[in-house]
This record gives sequence, structure tokens and C-alpha cells, in this order.
Amino acid sequence: MKTYDAIVIGSGHNGLTNAAFLAKAGLDVLCVEKNDYIGGASVSRNLHKDWIYSNCSYVCSLLRPEIFRSLELHRHGLQITPYGGSTTFLENGDYYGSYWDAEVSYRERARFSKHDADAYNRYSTDTMRQCRFIRDFLLRTPPDPTSFKPKDIRELILLGRKFMDMGEDRMYETIRFWTMSVAEYLDEYFETDVIKTALSGSGIIGTALGIHSPGTAYVLLHHYMGEVDGNAGAWGFARGGMGAVAKSIAGAFQGYGGELRTDAGVEKIVVKNGKVKGVALTSGEEIDARVVVSNMDVKRTFINCMDESDLDPEFYHRVKNFKSRGSSGKLNIALNGLPTFPALPKGSSLMFSDMHFIDSMERMERAYDDWKDGTWSKDPYVDMLIPTLVDPTMAPPGKHFMSCFVQYCPPQIEGRRWKDEEREAFGKTVIDQIAKHSPDFKSLIEHVEIRTPQDIEDQIGITEGNIFHGELTMDQLLFNRPVPGYAQYRAPVAGLYMCGSSTHPGGGVMAAPGANAAREILFDLNRHNTVPENFGDD
Amino acid sequence: MSVQQVDQGRLQSPFYPRYKALDRLDTWHTWKGYTSADALFDGELEYFAIRNSCAVFDLTPMTKYRITGPDSLDYIDRLVTRDMRKIAAGRVAYAVWCNDQGQVIDDGTIFHLRDGEYRLCSQERHLAWLTAAAIGFNVTIKEETADIAALAVQGPTSYSVMKNLGLKGIENMKPFGLMHFDFQGSEIMVSRTGFTGDLGYELWLEPGKALDLWDALFEAGKLHGITAMGTHALEQARIEAGYLAAYEEFLPADETIRTGRSRSPFELGLDWLVDFKKPNFNGRRALAEEKLNGSTWRLVKLDIEGNKPAHHSYVYAKPRKNKKEIGFITSAAWSPICKQNIALGSVRMPHGKVGDSVWVEVYYQREMHWSKVMAEAKVVDKPFWFPPRRGATPPGPY
Repeated sequence: MKTYDAIVIGSGHNGLTNAAFLAKAGLDVLCVEKNDYIGGASVSRNLHKDWIYSNCSYVCSLLRPEIFRSLELHRHGLQITPYGGSTTFLENGDYYGSYWDAEVSYRERARFSKHDADAYNRYSTDTMRQCRFIRDFLLRTPPDPTSFKPKDIRELILLGRKFMDMGEDRMYETIRFWTMSVAEYLDEYFETDVIKTALSGSGIIGTALGIHSPGTAYVLLHHYMGEVDGNAGAWGFARGGMGAVAKSIAGAFQGYGGELRTDAGVEKIVVKNGKVKGVALTSGEEIDARVVVSNMDVKRTFINCMDESDLDPEFYHRVKNFKSRGSSGKLNIALNGLPTFPALPKGSSLMFSDMHFIDSMERMERAYDDWKDGTWSKDPYVDMLIPTLVDPTMAPPGKHFMSCFVQYCPPQIEGRRWKDEEREAFGKTVIDQIAKHSPDFKSLIEHVEIRTPQDIEDQIGITEGNIFHGELTMDQLLFNRPVPGYAQYRAPVAGLYMCGSSTHPGGGVMAAPGANAAREILFDLNRHNTVPENFGDD
Repeated sequence: MSVQQVDQGRLQSPFYPRYKALDRLDTWHTWKGYTSADALFDGELEYFAIRNSCAVFDLTPMTKYRITGPDSLDYIDRLVTRDMRKIAAGRVAYAVWCNDQGQVIDDGTIFHLRDGEYRLCSQERHLAWLTAAAIGFNVTIKEETADIAALAVQGPTSYSVMKNLGLKGIENMKPFGLMHFDFQGSEIMVSRTGFTGDLGYELWLEPGKALDLWDALFEAGKLHGITAMGTHALEQARIEAGYLAAYEEFLPADETIRTGRSRSPFELGLDWLVDFKKPNFNGRRALAEEKLNGSTWRLVKLDIEGNKPAHHSYVYAKPRKNKKEIGFITSAAWSPICKQNIALGSVRMPHGKVGDSVWVEVYYQREMHWSKVMAEAKVVDKPFWFPPRRGATPPGPY
């Protein structure tokens, strides 16, 4: 029977990226996917007539340009088109917009507060300083601070040097920043509630924390450190939906000779004498490989797909306690036409922006309270976009696809599985909230896909449907991600590796975990490294 | 007698009122005396309209000549280096023409409108040269720049827009094809050409109908993301397509002061446009000689490592010790669509063969301070951007 050099479990963007770099190095690689479609959470599906949805992830900014370039993803059909701006609708009928054009944004902020309009520059500079610090480490393996290997010492020195580079005052600031709440962080700059509210959303997207919870300032950074063509913090659409990301990486992978199998779910990772032997599929088929790489989240990998007896108890325990709490839902809506938002002036470029419908820090925190109570937010933070205003490929001309990301939505209702009528009620909550600001919205709805964290887990396989494969809190970042001692993509079983977003630098369709893991695997196999280095900004 | 004073300010294209109405940035430059927008609302977003939906560019100021008469084919065949006998009526050819020394005067597109009737579009003005080169031919050459209004409609949805405009039979038009249509009682010529390397068309008609065409076009493109664009967006796309620009990649031979600053077609990577099998053409002898003895320069398309555009950089054979300077960058850009750091450059032979590595010294500024990096660059032969939709007939809806 054939033995592959490597089997990658899961065809999410990280699994495919990992597989592509291994195949590029000349390895014989098989990527197995449980679903009959590829992509994991980078997926575009046609669920209704001529509409294509970005079912899970919906915008793109963090995808490393180094990886895009190295795998020549444009040759495999990937096009990222930027979009601009952000809108928050106020209850009093007004709106607050942030525009692609910085001067227009300044004027808009000044409409609410001249102080805040000025303060934005300082806020932006301070945030960018943190981005610059973290960005250099995205395509690097985190050093092990307890190891004395030359490579780890080198990396630790680099980390230390970058930190010292910031200067004394800013070192204090950095430590504070990494541990404070997004609300406290914004309080240091702004006085206007709606401006703070609009900015705070990035601090809670995908996380089971509230705007006042420590650690959410970092989550904000996580959403700012991306770029589209050098425009730091900018976001874009993948043409054809986020599935284009996975499809293009799969194209590159197959171009390097890699093999992709769908409908091939893994039942068990097979271990023999403390060394990985291959995988057993749910069909009963066993496939052998010298290396097995898991794109699944760390809990699913070790708790669901391995024998406890193959793992050390302490490691097992740590994985079990890894925080991966589902907190986000999604509505994908097919629209018969473009809804109007009477608050916005006719022809406003804000129609292209991401839209939000809660306007105070109080409402943001209340939304979190519902999640803690084991139910969905009755007044949620919705991040709504209409990609088809930019992308002509996802709906027929004149029709639209609306993507609504919803914070907060629990993985279970009061500790048990969701009932169908609860899922419908969750959808109705979101639709009602949008309809308050768009009277014709409801009449344009053709089809709705409602996704709770439970649905994400059932379909994609992510534990509790946590979009980042685990919380992005300081205790689970850098050399502590996923668990202390195992941040370098190697599992405690020889030949087994992790490449999903449970590993550094975390989720957000970056493809960096997949690439970093490939570099470590190729190092262990004594193969030529195919993974690109960070472009660097200095 | 009445003394007439010529226009003292910038000329306005017939499309100017529509451009002005869309203009938010108020940044314009002059193009052959016409005022032309750098960008209207955001150069980058306008660029993305070319690659993602449909962008419209006013190319009325482009220099145009009408060439007619019984000898028009023979004349044009004699003028340019490529075999024009192969370009049937209804086809368009990209061509270069040279002086007696085989140095490029200009490049441009030649539209074979109808049997024996041609339009030549060039980057620079050449009536004096075109007339001088007409000795012995029975042809009429007329400058018609201001008589023809023209729009480029470029991008993946441009075919859908053309169809909505009611252009019957457009689905059969191949790249470099042209057809005539009726537009509100007057004639409009449509060619499948452009300067973006993407699917796209160019529309040509009398200036009096310009605004009607604009309005009909934007109505037809309403649901297809139609967007007006300025020169910044076009220039970005031009480099990705690997097209040459006069005064960037070459200087018109008749406008160079210093010896050695002009280029032959071979030195611009246009070997495929020089056909020695056809009858005599301007510069033939000199080019045959160059072919035998070798050229001095080579145009290179470079894929440069890193993400810092190599504007105005020197090109070296080696990164360190005895690093020999072998040429320079002529156009550089970060390509948003390819996520590649791309450039066109001119290097001395024998350097710069396809597949070779050369080194580019890139200077860049971060918060006032300047830095430099020696970046490795691979010489590539294909355009950086050449999507399948560009060649597809019939093209897809997007």
C-alpha cells in the first residue's frame, strides 16, 4: 500500500496552504476533506438559484501577501478587491460614517466632535505602532522561551529587540495594550459614544468577550494588522466569495502535484509506537503517511480524533481547557434588489461600507450579557455588507447578496442543542434590527441561510464554531498558542503537526499558520524551505 | 483682416462635462493639450474597476490619423515593420514604425476600418513624418484627433455592457477585431482593444454624439459596476499588461537629442513585429544589420522580490562586489492583482535573458528616513496579467 510523505487533514485555507508548500518542496502530499466541497470556513456555496454566498468568512485582509505571491494565487483565479468605509446607524435617525477618503472621514467625525476628529490621528498612530510590532512575527514560528536551541534564542532576541525598539514609554504602553479592554483603550482617545462604539466592534468580532473584557484591545489589533496592497487596516472582497481563496490555493497545490480528496472525513489519527502512522477515514479506509498535519482545531484534533492513550495526560488536559467558545453567528441573504437606507444621502459611498446597527457602548455590552445568559443577543452587533455592490459574480445583475456577521450567538442554548424555531428566531432578530433602518429590506429577501456556531461546528467541524479556532487572548497567543510548549506546530507525537488557526498567529484567513507549519515540517524532514519570508516594512 | 488667437488654456474633450460631474478630487494633467483627469474619486478603486467590473476612460486626446487612397495598404505596409497585408478589413494591428536607422519613432494601433481605409493611433504626433514617408504613394493622410471622440471600456463586465448597449454580433468579435454599428442614427466603431491587458473595448464616434453615447453606456452598465477612471488607474494596468509607454520605455527617435537614447524594435522586445519576409519597409536595412550584429539594449519584464516598488532604480548584474550596473528601471509598480512587485526596464545585452536573475537597487522612504535594499529580480517573458477572459470569444458575462 502507498505511503504518502504527508497527509493534511482538512482543506481549509491553512490546510491547503500547508499542503501547497509541502508539495512545492517535492513531497507527495494528500489533503483529505470530510465535506463534498473544499474550503473549510473559506467557502462559497450556491444554495439558492444563481446566488453564491460567502457562507462563513466574508472579507479578506489578513491573507499574507507573501503567500499569495509565492503560490501565484492570481494564476489560480484569486482576485482581492478592496472596499471602503464603515457606517453606524443611530437610533435617532442619524448615522456615523467612516470613509475611504481620510479628509472626508475627518469632516464626518468633526460633525460629532472636533476633539475626536483630531484624536483619531493619535489613535491611529498608536494602533499602527502595535501592528508594526506584531506584523513581523506573523510569518515566523514563535520562539520557545524555555528552550536553549540556537534558533529559539535567535528568535527570542529578535522579539526582545523589536520590543526594546519601541522605546521605554511605549514598552509600558504595549504591555497595557495587550491586556486591556477595547473600551478602556478607546476611552484614552475619544469622548463620543458612537465613535467609540463604531471602533469597538473590531475588538469583539469572533470572541466570547465583551467590550469591557480585558484582552479585547488585542482583538481590535488583530483586525487592523491586515492590509490590502499596502493600505494597512484595509479590507477587501475575494472575487467570487471567500471560496475563491481556498479554490486558488487548491489550484496551486494541485499544480505542484498534490492530491485532494473530498468526502474523506478522518475518524482517527493512527499512532503506532509513539509515532504517527497515518489516518483512518470514517469509511474504514486507512491511509499511511510519514507525516500527518491537522488543519482541524486543536480540540477536534486531539480530543475527537485521537486515542487518549496516545497522548500525555498533562497535554491532554491543557487541550481540553483550551478556550474555544463559539460566539458568532451569520446570516447570508439573497436579495431581489438593493435595499435603501433612508438615513444615508442618495448615492452615498457608504452603501459600499460595512454597516452596523447599534450605536452605544451600553448596547454593545448588553449584547454580550445575552450570550453569558446562554442565548443570542436580542440587540446584536451586526457587521453587514453587500459584496455584490462590488463583486459582479455572486448574484445576477441588479440582485444582491448580503452578508451579516452577528455577535453574539452561543454554540448552545442554555447548555443544549439549538432547536429549529430558535434558529429562526435568531435570524428574525437580525432581520428586524436591519429592517428598522431599511423599510424595504424585508420585502426584498428571497432566501436566508442562518448559521449558528453549532451549525459551523456541524458543517465545518470547528469546535463550538469559534471562528478563530480558539480565543485570541494573551494566555493563548504567541508561544502559548495553542498550549505552552507546543507553539511550534509539532504535536507531542512524532510526525504529527498542527497547522490550523489554533496555532500562532491565529485565525482570520491569514494562511500564516499553514505556512509556518510547512516551514517547520520541511525543516524536520531536511527539505528545502519553500515558505516565503515576511516582506517587512522597514 | 481678422486675427485669430489660438486657445490659450487646456482643451476639453467632448466627454469633459460628464467627467467633471463625477470629479471629486480635482486633480488633472494635460495630455496633448487636453485636460485629462489623474483620478476622479480614488485612483486605486478606479484601478480595481478595471480588474473587477468595468472602467471607462476618455481617450479622445489620443493622436489619430485617417489614411485613405488606392495605395493605403502599400503605404502602411511600407511604413511599419509588421506585415500589414495579413490585417484584413475589420481587424486591428499593434505596430511600430522606425526611421531609416531602424530606431523606433512610435508605436500605435492601426485599425483597418474598411477595405483600403485605415485609422492610425499613435502616442505622439507624426503628420510630418507620415507625409514624408508617403513619397511615391497615392494616399491621403488626415489628422483627425479632434474629429473622433473615443472611450475605452475595460474590465470583466465590459462585454455585458456592450451587449446591453444593443451591439448585435459583438459576441463574435475576437481580440483585435472591429465592427461598425448604428448609434442613434450615426455610426459608431467598436474595437476589442485596450491598454489594460484585460477584456475590453474601445468606442469611436463623432464628437457631437459623445454625450449621448456616454449616457447610454452608463445606463447599460448601471448594474455591472461601470465606473469612470483617470490616468493613474490606466497606468497601473498598463504596467501589469507589460505595454510600452512613449517617454517611459522609449523615446521617439526623432525627438532624442543625445545619441544612443533611442531604441530599435528588437531592443523593446518587439522582434515579433519585425517581418523581413515582407517587401521593403522603413528601417529594414538597419534592422537587418542589427539582427545580424546584435542589439545594445534589451527590454526586460521584472518580477522583483519584496514589496517595495523599484521606481527609478539601477539594475545590476550582481548584488555585491564588482556589482556591474547594467541598466535601469523604466516603469515600476506594486501589482495589486498579482501581489507582485513588477517593473519594466532597459538593460544592456547580453544581460536580462528570460529566466535570468538581475539585481535592483530600491530606495524607499519610511517616516522621513530613506533606506535602500538590493532586491533580486527574475526576468519573465509573459505579461504579468493575462486573464483567460481577455482571449475568450464569446467572452463570459463577467
